[in-house]
Amino acid sequence: MDIATHIFSALYQFGDAFAFLVLSACGLAVIFGMMGVINLAHGEFIMCGAYVTASTVHLGLPLPLAILAGAIVAALVGALVELVVIRHLYDRPLDTIVATWGLSLIATQGTLILVGSSMAGVGTPFGSFQVGEYSYSIYRLVLFASALGVLGGLYMLFNWTRFGVLARATIQVPHMAAALGVDTRLIYSLTFACGAGLAGLAGGLYAPTMTLVPTMGATFIMEAFVTVVIGGADVFLGTAPAGAILAVVKSVMTSWQGQLFGQIGLLVAVIIVVRVLPKGISGFLLRERT
Amino acid sequence: MTKNVLRGLRAVALTGTLVLATGAAFAQTPIKLGVLEDQSGDFAVATIGKVHAIQLAAEEINKAGGIDGRPLELVAYDTQSDNTRYQEFMRRVLQRDKVDVVFAGFSSASREAYRPIVDQFNGFAFYNNQYEGGVCDGHMIVTGAVPEQQFSTLIPYMMEKYGKNVYTLAADYNFGQISAEWVRNIVKENGGKMAGEEFIPLGVSQFSQSIQNIQKAKPDFVVTLLVGTAQASYYEQAASANVNLPMASSVNVGQGYEHKRFKPPSLKDMYVTTNYIEEIDTPASKAFYTKFKAKFPNEPYVNQEAENSYLAVYLYKQMVERAKSTKREDIRKVIAVGDVCMDAPEGKVCIDPKSQHMSHTIYLAKVGADHSISFPKVWEGIKPYWLGDAGCDLTKKDPMAQYTPSNPPPKP
Repeated sequence: MDIATHIFSALYQFGDAFAFLVLSACGLAVIFGMMGVINLAHGEFIMCGAYVTASTVHLGLPLPLAILAGAIVAALVGALVELVVIRHLYDRPLDTIVATWGLSLIATQGTLILVGSSMAGVGTPFGSFQVGEYSYSIYRLVLFASALGVLGGLYMLFNWTRFGVLARATIQVPHMAAALGVDTRLIYSLTFACGAGLAGLAGGLYAPTMTLVPTMGATFIMEAFVTVVIGGADVFLGTAPAGAILAVVKSVMTSWQGQLFGQIGLLVAVIIVVRVLPKGISGFLLRERT
Repeated sequence: MTKNVLRGLRAVALTGTLVLATGAAFAQTPIKLGVLEDQSGDFAVATIGKVHAIQLAAEEINKAGGIDGRPLELVAYDTQSDNTRYQEFMRRVLQRDKVDVVFAGFSSASREAYRPIVDQFNGFAFYNNQYEGGVCDGHMIVTGAVPEQQFSTLIPYMMEKYGKNVYTLAADYNFGQISAEWVRNIVKENGGKMAGEEFIPLGVSQFSQSIQNIQKAKPDFVVTLLVGTAQASYYEQAASANVNLPMASSVNVGQGYEHKRFKPPSLKDMYVTTNYIEEIDTPASKAFYTKFKAKFPNEPYVNQEAENSYLAVYLYKQMVERAKSTKREDIRKVIAVGDVCMDAPEGKVCIDPKSQHMSHTIYLAKVGADHSISFPKVWEGIKPYWLGDAGCDLTKKDPMAQYTPSNPPPKP
């Protein structure tokens, strides 16, 4: 087998792991990384996006629109959850853990009761392509491109738009932002909904490749939390490099020794990064600015 | 004052219901059957049907006059796919509810979690599930199929049809590890070679790298022993990467009805040995399926474990009636006679007294490109021979242990 095949396969596996980490984590990066809400119901927002995507595809909507619908519905649910529960707990971070954990249990069990133990899948589009002796799924490249797109979009949203500036101001010094006439409650709501919507988008994007069950959120949540924890507070400068580092470790370890060692490698990398960079990667990158 | 009146009223209401309840029921004391199955969580897809099957059998038995004139009462708890719940509820049904028998468990991890508790409190449990085999425990009756029944039929068939290079992809816990050991041994005995093996931690849902490892090893077919809904994502991902290899399994289709849940053709050329699935076209199978659907019209699929659970209730009825007792010692004397058999929906099944496992009719189910099922081969009366041959004899000695091919029972 020639070198090019090897290089391509390594890159493909890196891209695949990177996409999974980044897409699982970006919603949480907004809600947990930025806003500081420890959202244990993150996986259920992802499940919500996946379920909406699959059901709208079954109703005849084309897949890209269905994924969008999944993200929008998850964002609306997020806005509702913020209004009813999270809003009252911003200065009680430990209570949000209990509240969001409860929400996650309710969402999982409620889905099981209402929709049943599983939902018919939608099938992965686009088919496959061949490089050397390996065949690859084209949709996995779409996922990688989506991860890059989401990161770019977030960077633009939080740095180039008025909403982004207001959101960052509100989260850094809420009373000052309020004194300057910013409706901080609205900004909190919108930011939370944005995080939930990103989670829904991740669910929608992965819906064609996975088994759709009420507990599917659980398979994302570990990767999401470790990526955000080692990424730190900045959505773009944290999540992207954290995703890249973990993806390298995970894909190299998995191709060398299998999935078990991939997971071990991932967690060991997390422990080392947290030990060396307690403020996360973005804290390290931004230390000169602060 | 008012408080006391209220309390009195409540007491009257309570006793009233009690009197009514006992009045309506049978004159005899009921036989209590504990049901510990996962009605929620990761395994619920495959196990809700077990609970329904037990309810169906209990209803039929009670309508026909109960077990030896005594009604069958179910005490069911949802174990939530969580091993600690199994331990909690097993203590509860044995100590507080004082059930006569417990039907419990899907994953092997859960069975090994509760089995010591059954042994400790001298309980009596049925494990109505296919598994990796080897449990030699007088407190347990296993109605599911075991590797010598599923693999000694499946693997030689696959090797003859597709070739001798075998790759195993298995869940990384006792079931997957021990089943993979069985596959390895049977492949070797038949002159084949393992092209590779990978064990996947439970809960993993992303398989790109594993798919590539398989393509690199170039096997003739892949043995998939993946468990749980997260791992089931493998099939969709392998199909979209165009792996296009035949698959052999002892767990898929028969438990999680993946051929119904996934979009065709992701399960194309999957071969499964199972002792029951709803597509089996015999009069007994069709009759069972019709009864099941009449009681539970929304049941997505009637799987192998539902049938195991259903027949287990009837088997228990037969044993209690023959023993004239619900005591484990008396029932085991009946089993030791060696003729506890019944006509189940799958065909005739018998309990092997040495291991207290079941003989089964094994159906080879093949999934087509449109996810329809055909049965290229059927093996009748396949016995769970391994434990007995290896030296487990529960009629003589009860070691209360699980053995594997590499850790067989000690020779006497």
